[in-house]
Amino acid sequence: MFHLILFLFFGAVCVAGAVNLLVQSHPINSALSLIVVMASLAAEYLLLGAEFVAAVQVIVYAGAIMVLFLITIMLLNAGKEDRTKGSRIATLLGVPGVVIGGVLVAWVLIHRSDLGTVGLGALPGDPKDIARLLFHDFLLPFEVTSVLILIAIMGAVVLASRPDAIARPHPIPPVSEEERELAAAGKDR
Amino acid sequence: MVPLSYYLVLSGILFVCGVLGFLIKRNIITIFMSIELMLNGVNLSFVAFAAHWHALSGQVFVFFVMVVAAAEAAVGLAIIIAVYRTRETLNVDQVNLLKL
Repeated sequence: MFHLILFLFFGAVCVAGAVNLLVQSHPINSALSLIVVMASLAAEYLLLGAEFVAAVQVIVYAGAIMVLFLITIMLLNAGKEDRTKGSRIATLLGVPGVVIGGVLVAWVLIHRSDLGTVGLGALPGDPKDIARLLFHDFLLPFEVTSVLILIAIMGAVVLASRPDAIARPHPIPPVSEEERELAAAGKDR
Repeated sequence: MVPLSYYLVLSGILFVCGVLGFLIKRNIITIFMSIELMLNGVNLSFVAFAAHWHALSGQVFVFFVMVVAAAEAAVGLAIIIAVYRTRETLNVDQVNLLKL
């Protein structure tokens, strides 16, 4: 019973944060409500016994990734988003379709499945056991993941830096008459 | 004791909210956050099924999903910065050419 109350409380906080993310029009508010969603999801993981996953969720997701998002929003000075014709059509068609689909899936899951129940702290995810799995059974995916991270770092650096080499839409035309002639002849000054 | 299907329904609701945000939002950063919301919903069902089947590898998969999400966030936000430098807008309706 206690477990059910805790589950419903944190689930309600989670869904409220997700809905608030959709309703808010300023990206900063959306990002903050996404942090609420992630923190209450960490509490749900704790209820399932996955304590290490909950800690990593708070540190990596609610910490690192969301700080990255907030820094980008502040760096680009993102303001309120404006509604367009396309977004109105998407709202008109998308909201009913997605709600109907979600209700169907929820109905099937609740009434037509016999999955049983989960107790409080059903599977204790000890860091020791997780480390044994991660460094023995999943060693190859773990190493491939490190290569993925390396490539992501390099890609982020290349994409976000050197604005003069990447981000300039058109080359600047030569200024003086003499320079234009030289450029037409294909010579350097 | 909570039925496993409740956890799956919560995970489905989060995923549906992510899909909805992806459809109706026009700010490219908010669209990106909706993708993170979808990944979080999937993570919850991973952990719930791990508890149901008593298999710890479900929790290990959550770490892989988190790593992929972190890499995706780094690259995606770099792309957003590059797009903003050339277009000076974050509205996806005005970003309709693939080239920078």
